[in-house]
Amino acid sequence: MEHYHMNLTLKVWRQKNNAAQGKLESYQVKDISSEMSFLEMFDVLNEQLIAEGKEPIAFDHDCREGICGMCSMYINGQAHGPWQKNTTCQLHMRAFKDGDTIVVEPWRSKAFPVIKDLVVDRSSFDRVIQAGGYISVNTGNAVDANAIPIDKKDADDAFMAAACIGCGACVATCKNGSAMLFVGAKVSQLSLLPQGHPERETRVLNMVAQMDKEGFGNCTNTYACEAECPKGISVANIARLNAEFLKAGLKSE
Amino acid sequence: MSLDAKIPHGEMDKKWTDYKGHVKLVNPANKRKIEVIVVGTGLAGASAAASLGELGYKVKAFCFQDSPRRAHSIAAQGGINAAKNYQNDGDSVFRLFYDTVKGGDYRAREANVHRLAEVSAAIIDQCVAQGVPFAREYGGLLSNRSFGGTQVQRTFYAAGQTGQQLLLGAYSALERQVALGNVTMYSRHEMLDVVKIDGKARGIIARDLVSGKTERHFAHAVLLCTGGYGNVFYLSTNAMGSNVTAAWKAHKKGAFFGNPCFTQIHPTCIPVSGDHQSKLTLMSESLRNDGRIWVPKQKGDNRKPKDIPETERDYYLERRYPAFGNLVPRDVASRAAKERCDEGYGVGTTKMAVYLDFKDAIMRYGKIEAGKTGMLNADENTIYQLGEKVVEEKYGNLFEMYEKITGENPYETPMRIYPAVHYTMGGLWVDYELQTTVPGLYALGEANFSDHGANRLGASALMQGLADGYFVIPYTIGNYLADDIRTAAIPTDHPAFVETENAVKERLQKLMSIQGKQTVESFHKRLGKIMWDKCGMARNEQGLKEAIEQIRALKKEFWSDVRIPGGIDEFNPELDKAGRVADFIELGELMCMDALDRNESCGGHFREESQTEDGEAKRDDVNYSYVAAWENTGESNWSLHKEALNFEIVKPTQRSYK
Repeated sequence: MEHYHMNLTLKVWRQKNNAAQGKLESYQVKDISSEMSFLEMFDVLNEQLIAEGKEPIAFDHDCREGICGMCSMYINGQAHGPWQKNTTCQLHMRAFKDGDTIVVEPWRSKAFPVIKDLVVDRSSFDRVIQAGGYISVNTGNAVDANAIPIDKKDADDAFMAAACIGCGACVATCKNGSAMLFVGAKVSQLSLLPQGHPERETRVLNMVAQMDKEGFGNCTNTYACEAECPKGISVANIARLNAEFLKAGLKSE
Repeated sequence: MSLDAKIPHGEMDKKWTDYKGHVKLVNPANKRKIEVIVVGTGLAGASAAASLGELGYKVKAFCFQDSPRRAHSIAAQGGINAAKNYQNDGDSVFRLFYDTVKGGDYRAREANVHRLAEVSAAIIDQCVAQGVPFAREYGGLLSNRSFGGTQVQRTFYAAGQTGQQLLLGAYSALERQVALGNVTMYSRHEMLDVVKIDGKARGIIARDLVSGKTERHFAHAVLLCTGGYGNVFYLSTNAMGSNVTAAWKAHKKGAFFGNPCFTQIHPTCIPVSGDHQSKLTLMSESLRNDGRIWVPKQKGDNRKPKDIPETERDYYLERRYPAFGNLVPRDVASRAAKERCDEGYGVGTTKMAVYLDFKDAIMRYGKIEAGKTGMLNADENTIYQLGEKVVEEKYGNLFEMYEKITGENPYETPMRIYPAVHYTMGGLWVDYELQTTVPGLYALGEANFSDHGANRLGASALMQGLADGYFVIPYTIGNYLADDIRTAAIPTDHPAFVETENAVKERLQKLMSIQGKQTVESFHKRLGKIMWDKCGMARNEQGLKEAIEQIRALKKEFWSDVRIPGGIDEFNPELDKAGRVADFIELGELMCMDALDRNESCGGHFREESQTEDGEAKRDDVNYSYVAAWENTGESNWSLHKEALNFEIVKPTQRSYK
């Protein structure tokens, strides 16, 4: 792999707090290595800002290996930037070239209010899970783990759905601000597994009700969520969510 | 003060059962009146908070991330051990116990390890019941794989995302308790001190990281589930926010710190690429099931790996340790990699890397797949493609991660790997009940020192975190709280709360008032370099003494020249980080003191003065068969207490994986 260095112009969303008006500010960074991660480039910029006596840019990040779901930048109009199936923290600077201008914004959605700069409040996701994204089993109640065999395909599909990292890229990228992929992934995981069956109807009804209450929009089948999902969560999960919701609705009446 | 580990009497395999049979209980009506604070929401914290909420305690849980689901347990890759013996390969509670004590190089407390092995099976049951989608075989039953330091298959896994799946299971149990009103969740909050009243932990001072305001929180007991302190090295596989602050504040309030120098350097991480590096990424140990580690036989060989013929490759682990081969424990594998690179056989641009090669595994799996479909005359290319699919199913996400970071495709060319700081076996000293030396203050999971001795075996961290949270603390905490049922909630205008909060605020103001020239990050990097060079994979007396001096000087410089932008009463990540780095600096000094005191090699602690003729770690059981529990007695002052380790069952021998 050839390594190179680059100078870049960054246009970054700055917003003091939720009540303040935000705007894009321009910054220059020099001599950025193609081997750096995108967030390491931001570290360089922040060190530069601190040295200049300015306030660094607030952004969410933690594991920096694509699994905690904390990082959340909208880069050049794409959630998590130009690479497919990728988080912001795993994006590397070899995706860019010398002289590029990069625009960085926070997730934008009614249900994700901005806290500061690029940091948003995603606690609505936690409240959707609280509404039913679990199996009601207290510690100590479980039967032997091999007591209930599970079809490998169901187990694999449940895993694929459970791989969601809760970053919110699906919501940020959806023109309707819909959380159907996030909710569909959890509903699918738990309805594919026999352990989840006793609560499958109340679960889907309650989670969908909470999703609506939080101000997430509806799904109009654009599939941008799947395209931008860093874990490649399939829209088949939205179809399962709809099917579960319909079945539960019919039964509850 | 003498240390009492409170190990129950009786035979090793009866201790836990007897303890549970006789431990004091708190009746349900009283549980509703008792408040418990849980700090940290990783595997230990989320499982403890959920389980205590289910029991009826009033729980407050805190995490610094924006959601409890993001705690760094989420990043654990390979798997979780349990003595299920589903593979009929001779596993048992005793073997898991034995492997863990031996793997820890005889520096763990036997009774704790035995309990861990005993409850391991129930963890898997619990997780499956929660909907954790572990890997399964075609018959619908659970699949297992091997990990280092063992000769059975006892590791349960969910691709390379086991920690994620287990944490999401615990997180969902936690959120269920939040919905039921049994747990109140405080996200984006950081604990900045423990409040003690009459010698007991009675609450915490936390800071709301969004508003910057400090808050007082009362509880009858406080549980620290705050993970490890690997970020003292700056570069580690830990998350950027992982820190020692909560544990360190507890330490300064009287909780002893156990074996601080015991650090795990993981053998298979993606090597450092340059000065900009902010963290290191692990490539799961599970890869050593199928990957073969090698370097060229010739020093400074610059050929591409595929151009180096089989006869000119040194599979040094297979050569040195034929019995365990590529699956030797982590400490052994890491030192062997360092030895080859130090001798000049390293690969890649920096020459500080070795190869982890999957070609043989891909061909082996490919042949099996070809056989299954009757393709007896398949050519090498077809076989390779079939094999790639099998490897992708097992490790796909890891291979993808590697390619994203390095830009190289590990299906085509071997991975380059090098050891990196990964886990800390040391932590707050706890007794059998997981209580620290401060009554009412507990430490669970990686935050305590108890189960892994001087080296942790792969897939055992997840096991310990969940064991402590689901199956140990719900019993042991009752033994303390049963005597506390008459204690009414203490109002937070109590002088102890006021004083502690004032001290926290003063420290924040002091940090902000320095207004020096150097950034927090630059101090952290310098600390990390001192620690890695002198208290890393190899340590010696002279280096450790130098490190202590350098760290003291760094501390002085930090407190006179650090620059923190912004203000206190606002969202200010630089201020958060400054507080953590200040604590890391103090911890670094203690780690070096501990490493200096322990003039023996054991597990991940390698003192150059103490090695066998062929360079293996040489223990000194006569002088060092103890847990070093350090009491803080003032600035840069500690006194050492020793908890003698008695091995009733697993008699210490020179560990051999040959």
